[in-house]
Amino acid sequence: MEKILEVKDLEVTFKTYGGEVKAVRGVDFHLMKGETLAIVGESGCGKSVTSNSIMRLIPSPPGKIANGSIVYKGRDITNLSDKEMRKIRGVDISMIFQDPMTALNPTLTIGDQLTEGLKQHQNITSGEAKKQALEMMKLVGIPNPDERLKQYPHQFSGGMRQRMVIAMALICDPDLLIADEPTTALDVTIQAQILDLFGKIQERTGVSIILITHDLGVVAKIADRIAVMYAGKIIEVGSKREIFYDPKHPYTQGLLNSVPRLDIEEDNLIPIDGTPPDLFSPPQGCPFTARCPFAMEVCDKVYPAPSKLSSTHKVGCWLQDERAKHVSNIAGARQ
Amino acid sequence: MLGYILKRFVIMVVTILIIVTLTFILMHAIPGSPFNEERGTSEAVQANLQAHYHLDEPLYVQYLLYLKSIVTFDFGPSIKQPTSTVNDLLGRGFPISLELGLVSVIVAVISGILLGIIAALRHNGLIDYFAMTIAVLGISIPNFILATQLIQTFAVQLKILPAATWSSPQHMVLPVLALATGPMAIIARLTRSSMLEVLTQDYIKMARAKGLSPYKIVFKHALKNALMPVVTILGTLLAGILTGTFVLEKIFAIPGMGKYFVESINNRDYPVIMGTTVFYSAFLIIMLFLVDIAYGLLDPRIKLHKKEAE
Repeated sequence: MEKILEVKDLEVTFKTYGGEVKAVRGVDFHLMKGETLAIVGESGCGKSVTSNSIMRLIPSPPGKIANGSIVYKGRDITNLSDKEMRKIRGVDISMIFQDPMTALNPTLTIGDQLTEGLKQHQNITSGEAKKQALEMMKLVGIPNPDERLKQYPHQFSGGMRQRMVIAMALICDPDLLIADEPTTALDVTIQAQILDLFGKIQERTGVSIILITHDLGVVAKIADRIAVMYAGKIIEVGSKREIFYDPKHPYTQGLLNSVPRLDIEEDNLIPIDGTPPDLFSPPQGCPFTARCPFAMEVCDKVYPAPSKLSSTHKVGCWLQDERAKHVSNIAGARQ
Repeated sequence: MLGYILKRFVIMVVTILIIVTLTFILMHAIPGSPFNEERGTSEAVQANLQAHYHLDEPLYVQYLLYLKSIVTFDFGPSIKQPTSTVNDLLGRGFPISLELGLVSVIVAVISGILLGIIAALRHNGLIDYFAMTIAVLGISIPNFILATQLIQTFAVQLKILPAATWSSPQHMVLPVLALATGPMAIIARLTRSSMLEVLTQDYIKMARAKGLSPYKIVFKHALKNALMPVVTILGTLLAGILTGTFVLEKIFAIPGMGKYFVESINNRDYPVIMGTTVFYSAFLIIMLFLVDIAYGLLDPRIKLHKKEAE
């Protein structure tokens, strides 16, 4: 399998009146062809900024990619011109947005919005574009596509709109799809349908997916690998099995513990105490120190180098250091 | 749609009836009569004149007579210029006023929207500050001040444009400038703020994610949505331009309808007052109606007719 995307040491900052916010602080990850990588983490941890950076959709100014590289198919896209970048957007890398109620333009017909990407990037007749549009609508499961093509977004339900947003992202047959919380704004039954649709699409087209979410249920359903982000850094990455059954970072464990479970009787949810650090002046050491039940003196001072636990599993935590072995067996803190 | 238009039509007729009635009452509440100045004439002549124009009848009879003339659209001759009927005056004045008003509206809308877009795209840049300074000036300076200043600068001092009257395109420049600047400033500010709001919407981000060109994003995706509030105030602006023409026609000695309107009030020329009032109000109401229709065309979510929405 080949690597389709490799992000190295990515740093993204935003200039604000209060100072510079370091939203993403040195993120490394890669994505294989046909693979689904989930990036999980709480609000404000930098997962959306990371995905927007890959599309180069960070509003600039105030935002800017301060450091690092994003290599897509062997080409670093961080220093492409806007014009070159436009040829990649939609064609090579596509994006699905969180809220289908606001992602569609209310004044243009669905058909117009679906085919405009095709018309922009391919020399194509209107008839041919319409044919492809109808096919794509069938793929994402829209009944009566012929009629629906002429309608406006307000005539679509939430689930149908999200199907259209997915269709619009896929119409130019991209190799990489970034889905930024694609199911957050939908109700549970529709969520399940949309997730099934992702599986179907990946099977059909072999597209690689980066899934941004904070919903671990969604992750469990469709991800191959998981990267856990906290305060602008990826603190643990591993296969789905490794992250769910053998989480090493106390934050990952806290995240998993906070998911309500049906099989255990409990009265209260188990939250992670405290709040994430202020990214105006992020801590020198591990950003989770202040909330970590296992924090040591070193945690606050030096950021831990990532420890490789298997070919896929990496974690940045001082507990993995051999000098800290006596507290290494911390998985399953809940029991 | 037809049902909606019909309903609007009935409302328009009622509105005009109310305007006509109020104008009639106000007109007769002003002291004086059209024949005040004819002092030398004998009382018999005065009485004859009064009788000829039915001014000796009780008010309600005059009112009914007047309603009749409106329905038949025959306002009779002007009292002050007996050689012309009111319809003649309207026929002479309206095309000129329409030309002035229409050119001003077009100039105001196009330049206002362009200025607003540029200011929004260069948000907080030099061009933005420059455009908004012009806009604030345009809103603050009344058109009659601007008009006299324009005449002073371009006609008297620089001598590059004619000061008054209405005969060639050069004659149009100053009055149109004076009339269009205010509305243009309002449109520019409104377009800028609504454009700024629209540009942060998800669907604009999505359009960028599709790889569309900046030109398409602004003109296809953003502008149509950003124009919604502009269309809303277009009705009010039309009314402003309309009343603006009264003053400016006087300043620039343009023989439009506004001139007759102002003169007729000074002269208590009852038929002309009523004729121009009915005409102006009908015109404005129809324009407002067209604005509402345009609103429905711009935003597919707005349905003017209930059945369509179902």
